[in-house]
Amino acid sequence: MLEIRNLDKRYGTRQVLDDVSFDVHPGRMTGFVGGNGAGKTTTMRIILGVLTPDGGTVSLDGAPLQDGGRRRFGYMPEERGLYPKMKLQEQLVYLARLHGLGSEHATRNARELLERLGLAERGDEPIEKLSLGNQQRAQIAAALVHEPEVLVLDEPFSGLDPMAVEVVVGVLADRAAAGVPVLFSSHQLDIVERLCDDLVIIADGRIRVAGPRAALREQHATLRYELLTAADTAWLRDEPGVDVVEFDGDYALFDAADPDVVQRVLREATARGAVLSFARQHPSLAQIFKEVVQ
Amino acid sequence: MTAPTAPVLQTGSPRLIALVAQREITTRLRSKSFLISTGILLLLVLGGIIFGSVTAATPENPRIAVTDASVVAEIGEFIDEVPVGSLAEAEELVRDGDVAAAIVPDDSNDLGVRIIANTSEPRGLILLLSQSPPVELLDPDAVPGGLAYLVAFAFGIVFFSVGMTFGPTIAQSVVEEKSTRVIEILLAAVPTRVLFTGKVLGTSLLAFSQIALIAAMAIVGLTVTGQDALLVGLGGPVLWFVAFFVVGFVMLAALFAATGAMVSRQEDIGSTTTPVMMLVMIPYFLVIFFNDKLLVVSVMSYVPFSAPVAMPLRLFLGSAEWWEPLVALAILAATTVALIALGVRIYENSLLRLGARVSWREALTSR
Repeated sequence: MLEIRNLDKRYGTRQVLDDVSFDVHPGRMTGFVGGNGAGKTTTMRIILGVLTPDGGTVSLDGAPLQDGGRRRFGYMPEERGLYPKMKLQEQLVYLARLHGLGSEHATRNARELLERLGLAERGDEPIEKLSLGNQQRAQIAAALVHEPEVLVLDEPFSGLDPMAVEVVVGVLADRAAAGVPVLFSSHQLDIVERLCDDLVIIADGRIRVAGPRAALREQHATLRYELLTAADTAWLRDEPGVDVVEFDGDYALFDAADPDVVQRVLREATARGAVLSFARQHPSLAQIFKEVVQ
Repeated sequence: MTAPTAPVLQTGSPRLIALVAQREITTRLRSKSFLISTGILLLLVLGGIIFGSVTAATPENPRIAVTDASVVAEIGEFIDEVPVGSLAEAEELVRDGDVAAAIVPDDSNDLGVRIIANTSEPRGLILLLSQSPPVELLDPDAVPGGLAYLVAFAFGIVFFSVGMTFGPTIAQSVVEEKSTRVIEILLAAVPTRVLFTGKVLGTSLLAFSQIALIAAMAIVGLTVTGQDALLVGLGGPVLWFVAFFVVGFVMLAALFAATGAMVSRQEDIGSTTTPVMMLVMIPYFLVIFFNDKLLVVSVMSYVPFSAPVAMPLRLFLGSAEWWEPLVALAILAATTVALIALGVRIYENSLLRLGARVSWREALTSR
């Protein structure tokens, strides 16, 4: 488990991180969400040891990370960059070897990854000749080529077309399934919502929420219900304890605070006709995010 | 929750340094501009040697100032007579270097003439005369001009041109890693010190190989064109030059790497590497211009930035004691170690500061 504890960082008088703490559990995808300038990139750079915090620690499985302890980390920085004139496969092999892999092992990994990411035929091309989307995939390959035991990815999906997003999601899910803690940030909340097991929300350098996504959804669930029946739903307006928000013939959206009232409404609805759908509304991540950050 | 089976890791610093150095070298060897400039350098050296052999084959008669034509009657066809009216006028021409020497009547010896030369005995002229007349030197303490200049120039041009081509190259290579942001990935994988050492080492090895190639070319060229006599007198000083060059270049490479790290864009390199350029250029010009002033050369031979040129020159001129190059080399080596430490510091402090140029104060103090 990757433990981030009490990170502080200031640039001059600006407090960029303020007592930032959260965990990234093995085998789980942790989404890291926050607005621009909230502190995501700074936190990730500190985790990777690229930046030094003013205070706080980062430890892996209980041991504080030191120089060289991050060699088994895979990192995709926010600012993309590889050697523009170096050939793709050669570059991946070089990076894998810098991380400590032997030459053969590195080459094998690079080939497999290029294959998986649909770049197999581009292996001999210099990075600068690749399309933007392919450069992005190359960057992901660079983060994965040394079989990292911890993955920290800053905006891994930005600039990818929907197909590439699926490919990358697949690769990351595989790594997580193999027991790797994966921390990734993204502005695309729909992807985060679909992908992450745990969620960390940061705003103004402070962690606002951290925990399993399911629990978070439950916690922020509203008292709003959606009803779709085969019959008309006009009767709902006269039900005591029910506040209809939206109404459209066979469809109604209503608030009800009392669970007993909800059950009564459901019984009533089935008595009046076939119920096609009855569900408590869960807020989207975007809604939770808005609520938490405000 | 088992992590994927960890591969066997090879993470020793020497191995990582070698990897970084190797990438520097292969990248450069693949660059067309590097190969072309090396080719041009080799052609220049070859051209110079051939030109030298052609001009040496048809020597011109030395210009000799003569006050009385009768004294040179028997050697007249081997010299270029410059008739002058007085002894004073002859001496002035000698001093100005307009003539190689002067022959004037002198009743104080049996031959009835004496030779006036500026800094060294004109052996060719003396040999022409069947008997040796006494020679009067006007400036006996000065270093013989022409040859000293040539040797100073040769050492200077090699040190200078290699410093000027490979120095900025290493700065560019550092900036490339910053401007393309690949630096973040690199730093997440290897310590700054390893990266720095690898880059300096790789570039230095490349520079040494290029010099070795040029030297081999020169030796073969001189031998083939029959000018190998030149090599004999130069042997010792050249070996010393190599020793000074190796240490001196590493020093320059470290400085260029450090100052390169202070900027984020190739266009800005000049703003921080200029002081280093000056450190290379100023001693070079001092030695070139003052190679006939022994005091200047002696001082310069202990200053680390000019020692690689000045000390071998003194050795060639025979004006250095046996221990002097050792002391100068020790000073150079100590300076190099100190500057590498300073370079690593600047490099570490500057690498992740993207955007505006890092100030010298920030580069040296902050962390």
